Amino acid sequence: MKDVIRIGNGQGFWGDSIDAPVNLAKDGPLDYMTLDYLAEVTLSIMQRQKLNNSNAGYARDFINLIDRILPEIQKNKLKVITNAGGVNPQTCRKKLQELSENSGHKIKIGTIEGDDIYPELQSLRNRGVSFENMDTGESFDKIAKRVYSANVYINSFTITKALEKGAQIVLAGRVSDPGLALGPCAYEFGWENYQYDKIAAGTLAGHITECGAQCSGGNFTNWQDVPNMANLGYPIIEMSANGTFCITKHENTGGLVSRETVIEQVLYEMGDPKNYISPDVCVDFTSFNLKDIGNDRVEINNVKGSEPTDSYKVSISYFAGFKASGQLTISGPQAYEKAQLTADIIWKRLNRAGFKFDDTSTEYLGISSCHGNINPVPEQINEVVLRLSVKDQNKDKVNRFGMEIAPVITSGPPGITGFSGGRPKAQEIVAYWPTIIPKELITTTVDVL
Amino acid sequence: MNILLSQIAHARSGDKGSNSNVGLMFYSNEVYHWAKIYITEKRIKEHFKGIVKGDVKRYELDNLQSLNFILGDSLGGGGSESILNDAQGKTHGQAILLMEVELPESLIDKVKS
Repeated sequence: MKDVIRIGNGQGFWGDSIDAPVNLAKDGPLDYMTLDYLAEVTLSIMQRQKLNNSNAGYARDFINLIDRILPEIQKNKLKVITNAGGVNPQTCRKKLQELSENSGHKIKIGTIEGDDIYPELQSLRNRGVSFENMDTGESFDKIAKRVYSANVYINSFTITKALEKGAQIVLAGRVSDPGLALGPCAYEFGWENYQYDKIAAGTLAGHITECGAQCSGGNFTNWQDVPNMANLGYPIIEMSANGTFCITKHENTGGLVSRETVIEQVLYEMGDPKNYISPDVCVDFTSFNLKDIGNDRVEINNVKGSEPTDSYKVSISYFAGFKASGQLTISGPQAYEKAQLTADIIWKRLNRAGFKFDDTSTEYLGISSCHGNINPVPEQINEVVLRLSVKDQNKDKVNRFGMEIAPVITSGPPGITGFSGGRPKAQEIVAYWPTIIPKELITTTVDVL
Repeated sequence: MNILLSQIAHARSGDKGSNSNVGLMFYSNEVYHWAKIYITEKRIKEHFKGIVKGDVKRYELDNLQSLNFILGDSLGGGGSESILNDAQGKTHGQAILLMEVELPESLIDKVKS
């Protein structure tokens, strides 16, 4: 058994830097790399891709990434843990196996299934699962006919099992984001699922690194103190068997790992800090000690955890109407006054044509659009971006809004530009429905080929 | 003395359904213990009155000298349903740092210049 394992996170979300995981794999020593490809909405896109094409429904970017880091996996024994398999891990594995066989050195790939309950929603309802919204208490009937995807946040010991069977890449399905890092810790150190403090430590470590560079200098309040952000090093967990760990990054990379950068990420997307619920454990975020030991290293020890709940969280996505946004740049003297007039003209024209929308918004980017009246309006404004948006159940109405943006350039006040890319088109709104399911109703399978 | 929160704390925000959360971390432990009494849910609600439609809930993390605020109904609907530019409350952390507070004279040596 190793004393310490190094787990880097190369991707915080689908759309994150495509070079960051390659650099992480090549710029220094690493035992594991975790990669998060799924957001709530991503699975709905994948589920619909799969409906159209039974070979689709996974993150194709991931195949390109593995192509670039195959030598590190084959020769340096780097293992990769990801949820890139989406709703079609089998096809994803087939593509990866083709890749590794073509390079003359086959690698073992594990798939974890059982999280995708979209095909079984009706039978589960018949068995008494209400799927009511865990935040609002609303009945599932409200969205039952508009569901796009349904995935359970399954436990992280499925990853441990895949590693025990020799997997070099684990296509983990919808495990929790921190679970991607917890899985290899439990495997390497033989942690049992009832050793709650250790499980909590692995979960906290995964929580800190799950958003990639956000704990190593990205999005940091004191941005002036962060060196070389262009080559920002992605985060690495150095985990010990007893659950004490360090957050760090590769030497000779940019960015900053300090008490402040790590604490900001500990509190990111946090609810009740005493009761952080994962599929594996409840973590007390008020329990541990955190110490900056210098040289881009922050040590955390004494994390406390307790027994997990008896249900899994389920992420359901559903169709919730259409939206569109259009932007215009208004420049020159009295820019703000002209922007206000421009907005008024567009809304009046739509009103005159008989269009009303479920929701609209008028924002002036450059004049506290994010912070409302917290900032005073500056006296001199020489340029502002007007952003108009609508939301409605009717797609045609939303597209009609998109036709009303450009005309004001020639039929409104002077100095308007920045309208490019054509008329704004109606986009589907895919909304998120959080709910729970009793754990005993979910069966997961792990196989390694 | 009146100062801005940015002189005694740093912050980060993100989304939690139709709410946002703002973590507020203090550089000094003494200032944190003053802040626990002074920076109430009511004061935060007042500061964010143009943004927060619901209630503000506060949690304390003594081990990290930090407060966590949940800003209820602050995103114009949840995540993908919102039509606002900042649909995920990514900028609410910067907004909290603009809050003016009256710091006791005894803590003035803790202020960041």
